[in-house]
Amino acid sequence: MTQQVGTVTWINGPVIRARGSRNVSMLELVEVGEEHLVGEVIGLNGDVITAQVYEETSGMRPGAPVFGTGLPLSVELGPGLLRSIFDGVQRPLPVIEMRLGSFIERGMRLTPLYRKTPWDFTPRVSVGDEVSGGIILGTVPETDALEHRVMVPPDVSGTLTWVAPAGKYTLEDIIAKVRTRSGAERELTMLQRWPVRRLRPYKTRLGQNIPLITGQRVLDTFFPVAKGGAAAIPGGFGSGKTVTQHQIAKWADTEVIVYIGCGERGNEMTEVLQEFPHLVDPRSGRPLMERTVLIANTSNMPVAAREASIYTGITIAEYYRDMGYHVALMADSTSRWAEALREVSGRLEEMPAEEGYPAYLANRLAEFYERAGYVETLNGSKGSVSVVGAVSPPGGDFSEPVTQHTKRFIRCFWALDKALASARHFPSINWLDSYSEYLEDVADWWREEVGKDWYHQRNQAMEILSEESRLSQIVKLVGPDALPDEERLILETARLLREGFLQQSAMDEIDQYSTVQKQIRMLELILHFHQRALRIVKHGAAISVIHNLPSVGTLIRMKTLVPNDQLEKLDDIQKEIDQQMDQLDSEYR
Amino acid sequence: MNQVINQGGQEVIGVGRVEGPILVVEGGIDVGYDEVVEIHDSQGQLRRGRILEVGEGMAVVEVFAGTTGLSVDGTRVRFLGGPLHIPVAEEMLGRIFDGLGNPLDGGPQPLTDRYADINGQPINPTARVYPRDFIQTGISAIDGLNTLLRGQKLPLFSGAGMPHDQLAAQIVRQATLGRPAGEASGDSEQFAIVFAAMGVKHDVADFFRHSFTESGALTRVAMFLNLADDPPVERLVTPRAALTLAEYLAFERGMHVLVVLTDMTNYCEALRQISNIRGEVPSRKGYPGYLYSDLASIYERTGRIKTSDGSITQVPILTMPNDDITHPVPDLTGYITEGQIVLGRDLNHNGIYPPITVLPSLSRLMKDGIGAGRTRADHSHLSAQLYAAYAHVMDVRSLASVIGEEELGEVDQQYLKFGRAFEQEFVNQTYTENRTIERTLDIGWKLLSMLPKEELTRVTLEEIEKYYGAGQRDGHASD
Ligand SMILES: Nc1ncnc2c1ncn2[C@@H]1O[C@H](COP(=O)(O)OP(=O)(O)OP(=O)(O)O)[C@@H](O)[C@H]1O
Ligand SMILES: [Mg+2]
Repeated sequence: MTQQVGTVTWINGPVIRARGSRNVSMLELVEVGEEHLVGEVIGLNGDVITAQVYEETSGMRPGAPVFGTGLPLSVELGPGLLRSIFDGVQRPLPVIEMRLGSFIERGMRLTPLYRKTPWDFTPRVSVGDEVSGGIILGTVPETDALEHRVMVPPDVSGTLTWVAPAGKYTLEDIIAKVRTRSGAERELTMLQRWPVRRLRPYKTRLGQNIPLITGQRVLDTFFPVAKGGAAAIPGGFGSGKTVTQHQIAKWADTEVIVYIGCGERGNEMTEVLQEFPHLVDPRSGRPLMERTVLIANTSNMPVAAREASIYTGITIAEYYRDMGYHVALMADSTSRWAEALREVSGRLEEMPAEEGYPAYLANRLAEFYERAGYVETLNGSKGSVSVVGAVSPPGGDFSEPVTQHTKRFIRCFWALDKALASARHFPSINWLDSYSEYLEDVADWWREEVGKDWYHQRNQAMEILSEESRLSQIVKLVGPDALPDEERLILETARLLREGFLQQSAMDEIDQYSTVQKQIRMLELILHFHQRALRIVKHGAAISVIHNLPSVGTLIRMKTLVPNDQLEKLDDIQKEIDQQMDQLDSEYR
Repeated sequence: MNQVINQGGQEVIGVGRVEGPILVVEGGIDVGYDEVVEIHDSQGQLRRGRILEVGEGMAVVEVFAGTTGLSVDGTRVRFLGGPLHIPVAEEMLGRIFDGLGNPLDGGPQPLTDRYADINGQPINPTARVYPRDFIQTGISAIDGLNTLLRGQKLPLFSGAGMPHDQLAAQIVRQATLGRPAGEASGDSEQFAIVFAAMGVKHDVADFFRHSFTESGALTRVAMFLNLADDPPVERLVTPRAALTLAEYLAFERGMHVLVVLTDMTNYCEALRQISNIRGEVPSRKGYPGYLYSDLASIYERTGRIKTSDGSITQVPILTMPNDDITHPVPDLTGYITEGQIVLGRDLNHNGIYPPITVLPSLSRLMKDGIGAGRTRADHSHLSAQLYAAYAHVMDVRSLASVIGEEELGEVDQQYLKFGRAFEQEFVNQTYTENRTIERTLDIGWKLLSMLPKEELTRVTLEEIEKYYGAGQRDGHASD
């Protein structure tokens, strides 16, 4: 339990120094002052303890006691995580609201998971079984969307001497007993703790060749991220990071979503809280909230807890991965987390590297993104954590340290573009600056699962788009009339790709989410249009003839006209195109 | 040597060091971080300050009124044992206060025993109500394209010499709870207004006072004034004092409060000054690394909560140094607020009022406050189409500047005409013109009708059917 280990000597915002015991350990959780504000040891020098405090330190005085806990900062893992919203150090925000009302006061000490809920536990093991870390002891229907698999903690192994029969148990009830090799008996409950800064163990890493399907065309078709991969989405303010991440959180084909609002707006978390319970997951048919865990440290909450929120989130994500699930984690925004590091570092008067950031920034980023992965878990199942990190570069300038270092640790880069956002081209992901290194890796999946040569078509479309960019340079100088009609057709088709395919409204009932089948069919139609028009243009038709075809408007509107479950309408559109082209074919031979 | 009186560590005579607006107090004091202090100079004059850092027997104090006239031995410092509190009461509406919340109008201290910590506390995201009610400002570029909602924070990004004050005053004067197009505006609920000036000139404060008086709003306004010749450090308190009152009015008295903060750039400069004197590691342009968090602690004090019918809507004003939107002050503001209204030099030169540059402007909450039953069903598509068309106008203009207007194709010529009309008829209006949302949307359609139907791909065919050319047909949207 807690015991006084020191006395505060200095306070500067979230950073305090204390003098006291030499037996406190690095990254140990401490409690500071009579209010027992939670903090974490971040420096030790002789008898001087430096700690960051996760709560407002207003009014704290030198002389205040510091208590040690002997434990590192940890999260609670068990049934009840889904549907929850926690602060950066896993305090349940709804409970805080219940106790304190609308405003968050400091000094609240709450257990993250509610202890009294009875959960329906069904054992999967029997007495006498040999078990080790990760082995599934039994299951709990945590929500209607997800079966929670209660696992042996990673550091426990031995023989089961007792297993609870199927029935209702709370998190505090013992559900199994294990005789470990040393002969001691360990009693297991459905509740585990894990230090947030340590990655949870797995058996092996697996190759990443299944795409994370997000229903967002520019992502899935043009710049896919693989399950277990890491992507960054950098962009200046208002360019669409949050909307894109919300879209992924809504529609990604994973069993679990962890969404971290890290130093961003309160209203954005409220939006998720009010929207997700009413949105239905197209796969499970259940409300999206049933697969979602939210972590909220808004921009006006204490900055040290912002730093912790990222780790709290990823540890929870790893826990569900270990059950054999696909998990997608969104962090909005990793820049605010980096700034929290900078702020604490600054108050410690550490030597800054670039732009005031501490020299260990790159290391921390690497550690975070390394926790993404597709793995074989300790129990032999397969699970993944995919990470999507928003980056908020000052002035929208990607040459700054956080963007630059992040680029080293991710393989998928979704570059947002202010100019596109200004023109209301959404998602404003620039197709020339973005890249995915997973393209070849996921091509087989498309062939096998969708039955289409996606890779080839995608590259064809990309060629048209890059050709457009080259041609527009010329147009800017001499006007479009100077181009031969074949090249002007490139511009026409590129416009179809931009307006008809890449642009996707997050606010349109039909357009907000496209199945992969719809995506590839839409792409095929545009390319088909291009092929047929090319022939006609080559036979001497003026570009205006193509431009004025009614099917141009149809192709631009098909995204909102054709729902995912009525793809046959796309066949009708193809017929419409063919009719109009046949007509032209007969005119221009 | 410093002398400590009152062995609770409450009062010290003599300080260790004076530097800029900062005092370092030494001696056996026992004080808390962020507490408020009272400082008496040798003449007995009182000023106030706040503790920025405490160590054993040491405290770093920022003095709001600056340290001019303070001596090492002659200064008496009293530690008040808690953070700065100001009185809050409904009767503060109609009054004028200084930047620290003291009466400036010759009136008495507000009669109340409610005192609130100026730092406030973060609103629990679970306790918030997501804003959905649109505010009609009567300004087309805002209502039509960047709709403001109750509980939103939407700053004006401006530059020296541009009419941001007029625009803010017009918003304050005209703002009413919006009604769907076609519905008579009901008994328009009026906003209480909390106005905070940081480092602005006297004539700016006078302009606002005048404007409030003229519109008969003065009794609904509380003004907190830290003017250009007032101590800069005091500015760090001013917006917080104002928001503390706003929170009381909104969340305890159930009022709809509109908060105008001007000029946030001056605020940030004061923060930078303190940071530099303390020798903190700067991030960009000398601003401290915590500027984002500090600004968030102001801007996030906006919104609605479940337990009250009231709301706080913030319209902060900031002037962009060098008109540079990537400067840390507008940049970090934009990262926190829910959109921005950007004023542009070119439009201003061309005599367009309000000179709202549409493309970089944004209201992030707009999507949830418009549409059928709120404004009109076509609103969202119409605004997307106006944006897309106007963005194309920009491309055409730059092309025209290279190859000449005559060389443009027919459609692009139409775009040029559309662009001019858009600026002249949609964006442009007078300082007293208060347009209904319906009027705004109709002007939008009238302008779109200058373009061929085939160009309008952001609106549905049904909408084109219903509205395209409507102005020409029945003449009602033509001026
Ligand atoms: N896919 C989309 N469909 C429709 N609108 C969008 C889309 N993406 C972005 N937007 C628009 O852009 C606005 C800004 O997007 P968003 O809030 O995601 O920006 P951001 O990059 O997160 O900004 P910040 O860094 O300030 O948080 C949204 O409010 C919305 O109006
Ligand atoms: Mg965002």
